[in-house]
This record gives sequence, C-alpha cells and structure tokens, in this order.
Amino acid sequence: MKLITAIVKPFKLDDVRKAISDVGVQGVTVTEVRGFGRQRGHTEIYRGAEYNVEFVPKTKIEVAVADTLADQVIEAIVNSAKTGKVGDGKIFVVDLAQVVRIRTNERDANAL
Amino acid sequence: MTKLSRLVVLGLLTFSIPAAWAEDAPASAAATAQTAAPAAAEPAAADAAAAPTEPQLIGTDKINSGDTAWMLTSTALVLMMTIPGLALFYGGMVRKKNVLATLMQSFAITCVVTILWWLIGYSWAFTPGSAYLGGATRAFMNGMTIMKDANKITVSHLALTIPETVYAMFQLTFAIITPALIAGAFADRMKFSAMLVFMSLWSLLVYCPIAHWVWEPSGWLAVKGVLDYAGGTVVHINAGIAGLASCLVLGKRIGYGKEPMPPHNLTLTLIGASLLWVGWFGFNAGSAVAADGRAGMAMAATQIATAAAAMGWMFAEWIVKGKPSVLGIASGAVAGLVAITPASGFVGPTPAVIIGIAAGVICFFAATSLKSAMGYDDSLDAFGVHCIGGIIGALLTGVFASKEISGADGSVVTQLWGVGTTLIYGFVMSFIILKVIDMTIGLRVTEEQEREGLDISLHGEKVE
Repeated sequence: MKLITAIVKPFKLDDVRKAISDVGVQGVTVTEVRGFGRQRGHTEIYRGAEYNVEFVPKTKIEVAVADTLADQVIEAIVNSAKTGKVGDGKIFVVDLAQVVRIRTNERDANAL
Repeated sequence: MTKLSRLVVLGLLTFSIPAAWAEDAPASAAATAQTAAPAAAEPAAADAAAAPTEPQLIGTDKINSGDTAWMLTSTALVLMMTIPGLALFYGGMVRKKNVLATLMQSFAITCVVTILWWLIGYSWAFTPGSAYLGGATRAFMNGMTIMKDANKITVSHLALTIPETVYAMFQLTFAIITPALIAGAFADRMKFSAMLVFMSLWSLLVYCPIAHWVWEPSGWLAVKGVLDYAGGTVVHINAGIAGLASCLVLGKRIGYGKEPMPPHNLTLTLIGASLLWVGWFGFNAGSAVAADGRAGMAMAATQIATAAAAMGWMFAEWIVKGKPSVLGIASGAVAGLVAITPASGFVGPTPAVIIGIAAGVICFFAATSLKSAMGYDDSLDAFGVHCIGGIIGALLTGVFASKEISGADGSVVTQLWGVGTTLIYGFVMSFIILKVIDMTIGLRVTEEQEREGLDISLHGEKVE
C-alpha cells in the first residue's frame, strides 16, 4: 500500500478529485496549507508599507491506495493538477505499514 | 486602590485647571455676561436690531422649520461618521487581535464626550466669555430650554433660526469625532483607562478652547478673521497634531518595521470610508447651519474635492507603487474630505478640484514617504491624513475664498495664524496631558498585553 500526498494549487482541487475518483479512489483527506517552493511568495503594499508574504496558500490531498493503483493515481493527479507554470506543486509517495477501518476493525486491503 | 485615587486626582485636576485659567484670563466680559444673561434675554429678543452675542430666548415663531429639519439631519449624519463610520475605517486597518479595542475607542469616546459636553464643554466652546474660553452660563446645559405655553425658545447666537438644543447637539458630534480621530495614531498600544482620561482632558483643555477661539465670535482667532468653515483647523489639524504627540509619547508598536502589520479587513475600512463620505455632507453642508444656498455649495465642493483627492491618491500610488489599492483610494477620499472641510462654504467647484488633487497627492506622500523618513509610528495615519490634509485645506481656503459666495475675503497670512496656533497649542497641551497620565496611571499596555492583542487583554473578548 502507498500513501500519496499531493500539494496542489487550491483551484485545481475539484479537477484532481474527479480524476482520482475516475481511476477508482474511494476516499481522500484534504487540508488547506501554506508553504513555499520555487514559486516563492508575493508582495502586499498598504499605504507604502511593503510586506513580503513568504508562504503561498496550497491544498494538500492525502490518499491511501493499493500498490496496483498507485501509478494510475499519480498519473491522474499530475494530469489534472498541471498548468505548466511554476507553483503547480509536488507529489510525495511513501510505503504504508498498516490501514485500519475504525467502524469494522478491518485491516489493510479490506480497509482501503 | 492607588490607581483609583490617582484617577480621582486627575479628574479633579481636569476641572480645577481650566476653571482657574478662565478666571485668570481677561474675565470682565465673562463675569458681566454671566450676571447679565438672564436679565438681558427679554430685552434682547425685543431689540432685533442689535446682533445678538450670546444665547437668548426668542419667540418660537422665529424658528425656521427648513433649517431645523436639515440641522437635525446633519447632526445624525455627523454622529454616523464616528459610529460606525470612523470605527469601521480604523477597525479594518488594525490587526484582527485589536479590532474590538479599536471599535470600542470610538464608541466610548462618543459616550464620554457627550457627558462632558453637557457638563461644561458646550458652554466653554460656544458661549461668550473671554477671548480664550467661553463662560459657564450653559454649564449642565442650564438655561437651554423651550417654554411651550409662553411660546419661547432659546437659540444660540451662532444659529438664530434653529433651537439651541439642535445647535448644541450638532456641535457635540464635532466634539466627538475630533478626539476619536486621534485614536488612529496610537492604535494597538494605549491602555483603555488612560485613553478615557486622555480624551476627557483633551476634550476640555484642547478642543473646547480652540473651538471657542475659532468659531465663537468673541474668540481671538475669530476676531483675527481666521476662516474655518467646518473644522479644518479646529477638528482636523487639532486631532492630527494630537495624534503625532501621542505616537511620539507612546513610542512604536512592538515589532514595528520588523513584523508585518497588514490591515486585517479592508472591507470594513472601505465601508467606514464610505460612511464618512456620506456623513461629511452633514459635517460641511450642515456647517451652513441653514438649509440654504451656501449649504448647497458646500455640498458640491465636498463631493467634487473628495472624488478628486481619491483619484489623486490612487494615481499617485499607481505610478509610484505599481498598483491602485483599495486602502489607497479610501485614504485619498478621506484626505479630500479633510482638506475641503475648512474651504467648503467659501469656495466654488473648481477650487474644490484643485484642493482635492493637492490633498490626495500630498497626503499620499505624507502617509508613505514622510512617515518612514521620520520614523514615528502613526499607526493609521491620523497625522499624515488629518493634520497634513487640514493644513492644505486651511491654507488653500485663504487662497481661494470667494467673497461672492461667502462675503468673506481669505488671506493666507491670517490662515497661518489659525494653523500655527493650533499646531503649537495642540501639540504642547497634548504632550503635557499624555506625560502627566504616563507618570500617574501609565499610558501603555504591557508588552504581553500588546502581543496578545488588546481585544482579549483589555476587554476579554475576541473576534474569530
């Protein structure tokens, strides 16, 4: 099993959700986050006082999938979240040791 | 307990100092006026030829209903400028942790100044006394009345066609907004208790005398011929320079220049600026104290100058900083309203455009370049907008005043007397009052309170 964490532009969230649903993902967790990468921040000016906003708003999507589905999901995220401009985000993939469904106490593949 | 006793001492000082001062001043006029007032009222009403010099009883048939209706409306409009107008304008500009404290300042000042106005403020400002302070004939608004069966009513000698009550309440709304404007300079760091004491003392020792000097016909600046239609000097220069004094005495906010302190909600600020703009029709056109042609001209000048100033600031910012900002256009509008205040009622539409553009562009540089060059922390630019805008307006009133419109000739030199006197007296008195408070009950919140935010630390409330 893999845990796929994608950091994407906030306005791409709906596209990503649709794309990964289409390849068979049953559920995701979404968080509003801030951070910086090569896009850097932006500058705000109030009555001449300039403030550098270092952290840009992003959306973090976390999805746990079976190994067989991982590549399809990654590809779906890349295709749906891509604008081609700096700041499109990143995807991190890690191995997942265990999954538990709380309601039934099912484990691993059955719990996904 | 010690804090409380210090407060009481300060309160007593408030009343003893000016009382002594009023007695020291050439007081013969005040004394005769006080004793003569009740007796003189009847004959004065009968003798219509002599221009009245003090509040008096007249027949209710002399009251003009059109004027009265407009002045009732103007009074409501000017009160709306402070609550909620100025409260929102300032509230949107501070950080979220201080928004309630900022709103609270405007609201509490409204309450405190109202009571002081009833107590003695109106009398000191708008009854004849010496050239330096009005008398005490209207203390507790004593004698301000209407007698239904006798068909008699009191009027102010400054407004003969409306009830004195309406005139007193109209002028009260000016006395309210002036100290409320100062709060922009010391936002985010003054103790609430200190703020109440400062505003009380300032209202009585600074606002009332200056209003008397400029607006009451026996005041020494009025005698000199200083023109201030609606309060460029009395309200805006006065509040602005007190703002500068307070941000100098208090010092900068913790983290000023190092941490970002962006406005937390410019929607509130724009709503506030819009309410100020609308309310200002009561401020300027209401200062005609009549529903007449001069009120109409004041309204036209106000609208036109405000639009010109808003665009002046917007384009200046667009050229210098690259973007036309919401805060910029709102600030420009307020700068224009400030600058046209002394001039409205004296100038026509074209000078209004010039005054507006000058105010918008110059105040932009005052609030941006001047402030950072001088290094004071005038948090919401009370000095940069109100004092600088007020000076521009006061001086240009001297340049553009039209005899055709107002019957008065302007003179830049005479205007400089008004500007200079207000700057010096206002700054020195504000500085002294603030220092005295600082040495007795303390002026500034603790570092922890300031970091936590005044909403929680002073008022025990917060906005999510």
